[in-house]
Amino acid sequence: MKTLFRFMLVAVLALAAPLAAADEMLIARSGQDFEETMSTLQNAIVRHGYTVARVQRVDIGLTAKGYKTDKYRVVFFGKPAEVSMLSGKYPDLIPYLPISVAIFAEGDNTLISTARPGVLAEFYPEPELQPIFMRWEKDLAAIFDEVREAR
Amino acid sequence: MLKLSFLSGILLGFASAAALAAPDGAKLYAQNCAACHGEAGNGGIGIPLSLPSFHATVDDDYLRQTIRLGRPGRVMPAFSQLKHDEVEAIIRHLRSWYQGKPPIYSAAPVKGDVKRGQSLFEKHCAGCHGANGEGGHGTGVTFSRPRDFPIMPPALHNPGFLASAKDALIKTTLAKGRAGTPMVAFGQRGFSDRDLNDVVAFVRSFERAPLAGSATILETDSAILSMDSPHDLKTTVENIKLAIGNNNFVFIREQKLESGLVPEGQEAPAEHIVYFCNFGLLNQALATDPRVGLFLPCRITVVEREGKVKMLVANPKRLSRIFNNSELNEMCDQVTNMYKSIMEEAAL
Ligand code: HEC
Ligand code: HEC
Repeated sequence: MKTLFRFMLVAVLALAAPLAAADEMLIARSGQDFEETMSTLQNAIVRHGYTVARVQRVDIGLTAKGYKTDKYRVVFFGKPAEVSMLSGKYPDLIPYLPISVAIFAEGDNTLISTARPGVLAEFYPEPELQPIFMRWEKDLAAIFDEVREAR
Repeated sequence: MLKLSFLSGILLGFASAAALAAPDGAKLYAQNCAACHGEAGNGGIGIPLSLPSFHATVDDDYLRQTIRLGRPGRVMPAFSQLKHDEVEAIIRHLRSWYQGKPPIYSAAPVKGDVKRGQSLFEKHCAGCHGANGEGGHGTGVTFSRPRDFPIMPPALHNPGFLASAKDALIKTTLAKGRAGTPMVAFGQRGFSDRDLNDVVAFVRSFERAPLAGSATILETDSAILSMDSPHDLKTTVENIKLAIGNNNFVFIREQKLESGLVPEGQEAPAEHIVYFCNFGLLNQALATDPRVGLFLPCRITVVEREGKVKMLVANPKRLSRIFNNSELNEMCDQVTNMYKSIMEEAAL
């Protein structure tokens, strides 16, 4: 069974090529500063038809407790109708909803990272879900490209 | 004239065909490597790749193998899907940062006294590379958070490193060091040729004694952990909030799943999320790998379906593989146990 999942995962990943990421993460470096990258990211998310649900300010909480950190946020987003359909039909998927992207400063640069949705296929093999994971992966790759190439 | 433009047309055609045929190393580097190693190779989550002292000590085979095999459990992924000519294009791009001629090493093993090498290692290397060569803590040169070293000493006791580095490469690196990084030039620190050989022999002996824990990726079959609650949704949520405090976490907020996605008041009522955090643990996790914030703050989802209430969390064991970072393994276990005890308490 597990090899079957593996096989499906490989198949999904193969279909999701041009992306061809090496591991289970997408990660991109932007030459823009934190605020500019945040707005590039959110604009790209919206342009791909998603709604930003919330921005979690991880750095604020840490600093308030006396820990040192540069800017660090997590952006949560989804398509309302899709989230509603998925949570209704596949409650086990809810811990992975909505989609999230971490964004953090590194000197003058800003990094964004997320777990690749295609990897979820290994755990959620339902055929109906596969095209959704693949679209998320394609959209995220395009969003990450936009952030990477923004100047 | 006509002939000339015809000819240049053909030449142009050839030129663009050649451009199509040769993968663009700079672009491939930007897509696959820059996020961690920096756009100009000055380092980040990964260590620097642009320093002359680095290029002067590594051969192309080392770069090739490192890209192919990655560093299991040490963040650097294995790029097994890149084509041969793509890897070569990336290597050419890396070398474009270097004016000199890269070394070529023989694959002949360096002979030395492993025991003697071990005691030299303990004295001169372990402070940076770890008692067992497991590498420094954290990742690369990320300055976003305070770190012990400006550049993380890489793992030497790692199957990816050992399969990429020939003995001669290790010996040259020891002798010359890496100017511009904390890596010392032991050749200038009174190490004799024999000392160098012995340390190389010891580092090579790591291959015969794989480290338990290091380079290990936790495997798991389930994406989530879940537990049924005998209570209704509201009581379950209140119980979770109480249990959070009892387990050294701070409550952050409670929201419906669709909050922020649909207008207020129209969210589906049967899916609540409770967010909470242990800032000490969060700080430790981010210092280990700045990318893990993605799965934070901690959250338990409470779902009601046909009168039955269930608590769900994303399985923390998955993080180990997602991040290819074995330093996270212990923390994953710790967080798994905390989730379980909070859910158990809430279900009482
Ligand atoms: C002061 C800290 C420090 C000490 C002491 C030290 N190293 Fe290093 N070493 C580093 C750092 C940092 C790097 C990464 C350099 C870079 O970014 O190019 C490194 C790189 C290396 C490399 C190249 C591996 C790779 O993946 O880049 C080898 C091999 C190595 N060290 C072996 C040793 C040995 C053996 C000793 C003891 C004889 C030693 N080092 C002592 C910090 C140290
Ligand atoms: C997710 C982050 C990440 C990505 C992406 C990544 N690396 Fe690395 N890389 C690292 C880390 C971290 C290390 C050091 C490993 C250690 O600490 O043991 C490293 C080490 C290396 C080394 C050994 C350096 C030395 O001093 O000997 C090379 C070479 C390298 N990477 C090349 C690449 C190339 C080329 C790419 C793109 C094809 C790439 N890396 C992509 C994180 C990354």
